[in-house]
Amino acid sequence: MPDGAAPPAPPVDGEAVRTLELTKHYGASVALAGLTMVVQRGEVFGFLGPNGSGKTTAVKLLLGLSRPTGGEAWVLGRPAGDRATRRRVGYLPELFRYQGWLSAAEVLGLHCRLAGVARADWPAQISGALTTVGLSGHADARVETFSKGMQQRLGLGVALLGHPELVILDEPTSALDPVGRADTRTIIRHLRDRGCAVFLNSHLLGEVEQICDRAAVVSDGRVLAIGRLDELLGTGGVRMRLTGLNETGRAALARRGALAEHEGWFVVDGVEADLVPELVAEVVASGARVYAVEPVRQTLEERFLALLDAEHARWRR
Amino acid sequence: MAALTIARLTIREAARRKLLLALAILTVIVIGLTGWGFQHLTTLTNPDGTPIPSTELHLATSQVLVLVEFMFSGVLALSAVVVASPAISSELESGVALSMLARPLSRYQVVLGKWLGLAALIVIYVAGTTALELTVVGLTTSYVPPRPVGLALYLSGEGIVVMSLALLISTRLSGMTAGVISLVLFFLAWIGGIAGAIGDVFGSNAIKNAGTISQLLLPTDALWRGSVYELEPVLYRTVLGATTERAGNPFFVQSPPSAAFLGWTLCWVVGIVALTAWSLHRREV
Repeated sequence: MPDGAAPPAPPVDGEAVRTLELTKHYGASVALAGLTMVVQRGEVFGFLGPNGSGKTTAVKLLLGLSRPTGGEAWVLGRPAGDRATRRRVGYLPELFRYQGWLSAAEVLGLHCRLAGVARADWPAQISGALTTVGLSGHADARVETFSKGMQQRLGLGVALLGHPELVILDEPTSALDPVGRADTRTIIRHLRDRGCAVFLNSHLLGEVEQICDRAAVVSDGRVLAIGRLDELLGTGGVRMRLTGLNETGRAALARRGALAEHEGWFVVDGVEADLVPELVAEVVASGARVYAVEPVRQTLEERFLALLDAEHARWRR
Repeated sequence: MAALTIARLTIREAARRKLLLALAILTVIVIGLTGWGFQHLTTLTNPDGTPIPSTELHLATSQVLVLVEFMFSGVLALSAVVVASPAISSELESGVALSMLARPLSRYQVVLGKWLGLAALIVIYVAGTTALELTVVGLTTSYVPPRPVGLALYLSGEGIVVMSLALLISTRLSGMTAGVISLVLFFLAWIGGIAGAIGDVFGSNAIKNAGTISQLLLPTDALWRGSVYELEPVLYRTVLGATTERAGNPFFVQSPPSAAFLGWTLCWVVGIVALTAWSLHRREV
């Protein structure tokens, strides 16, 4: 776990979210088992996990929609669920549904009112949100006529109202097409640029890999790994297509990391990128002929699956 | 105030979903039909062909009016239950509540807003139907019940009581289940009220007490009896009501609900609304 030991309570300035041994039980079922993490203001934080791993439970605890069985949580420096703090938080639920008999502009107006946005700011907030999520041409259309993707866009617009300092997005692109997903990534980057923290709850690993600064991988209500993406993904490695590799060359490769050979390719794990030229020079000096050199980088999906496999193996033991 | 926002939203939903329009159209049709009936009543004669005296006509009109208002009271109770039962549960099930409850408003405000909106709808419906029906009756028969405002207040109270019960159950059970439970309890209270009156006539304290308890647990029947009292001409009670045999009749009332009972009903409603708020507050979303 790159981030190391549990952070101490209480929260400090500059933190958007802090949880300490947060647990949630539903009867005998454990939804969250000691979640400890920190999300900094102004960062995009990915919260990854398979279905049923406790991601949505964690979000509901942060928003005060559900009460923890144990542990503590703070949002924007205040205890989770604090009513005044919720004014500064935007939220797109996974199970998004808005009043179908209202128009898109009316839904946004309702949330402006509920979020305590000054009346004079409503028109700008509503038109701004509609434009941002690409629904400006549908302001007066009833939500019940919207496709699922359009409703998710509207939900994203609702989450942006009132200049929130933290936006919690629970599977924000589950109903979106590729264009909608790209738009969502752009919106998230804009939020980060203006200092807003984004808590992205997702199981779409490619999406997280593209936009998140840090991430946590959870399974069965536990954090398996947390840290910056480059830390989570490790140092990668290099693979080479070689002929004429003798013992000296093989020893040179093995010194740099775990060596594997497959169909003429030699793969060395854990080689830092700036050491690759030196490694190639040693191999060539040993008499081998080098035809190709490619960096090997573990994808988030590979890392994610490896973490889950390791966790399952640990439980089997 | 967030509660007023929720109340306005509740009323707007009823209007947008055409609930108010449907009730208005049906009410106008029903009142038109009853107007025709009341008009026909004035043309009836005695078997010897002589016209019925106006006093007897007014007595007959008052009794038919009680039956018509009984129908409206039933429609009101059913409509209140149908609208209130899914008011909270459907929003929790569909996910509409998630984004709203994440806003800086308390669940107490949500419950109060829902209750205020539904209560306003009930008062609007009762005021509209009562005013229209009594106007039609007055124009066709020249009969005006003694206390029409009291009638509207009792009917509104009855609707608000059963609506409050349905809203409470809606915080824990699905709309369908909440509706069925509320209606069963509503009819049980009605039968309990009749049984209590019968027990009073026959001197059975056990049956009388059972009726009293049912009216305390769900004060709808006692409020219905209050509305009947407001509809009856004084002459009717003094002349025809002297016979104790009529005491078990749900369409005849000798005396209005006591001030203590009305006080209890007020406390009941306040208590149920508070319980509803507590129930939603404790619920995991």
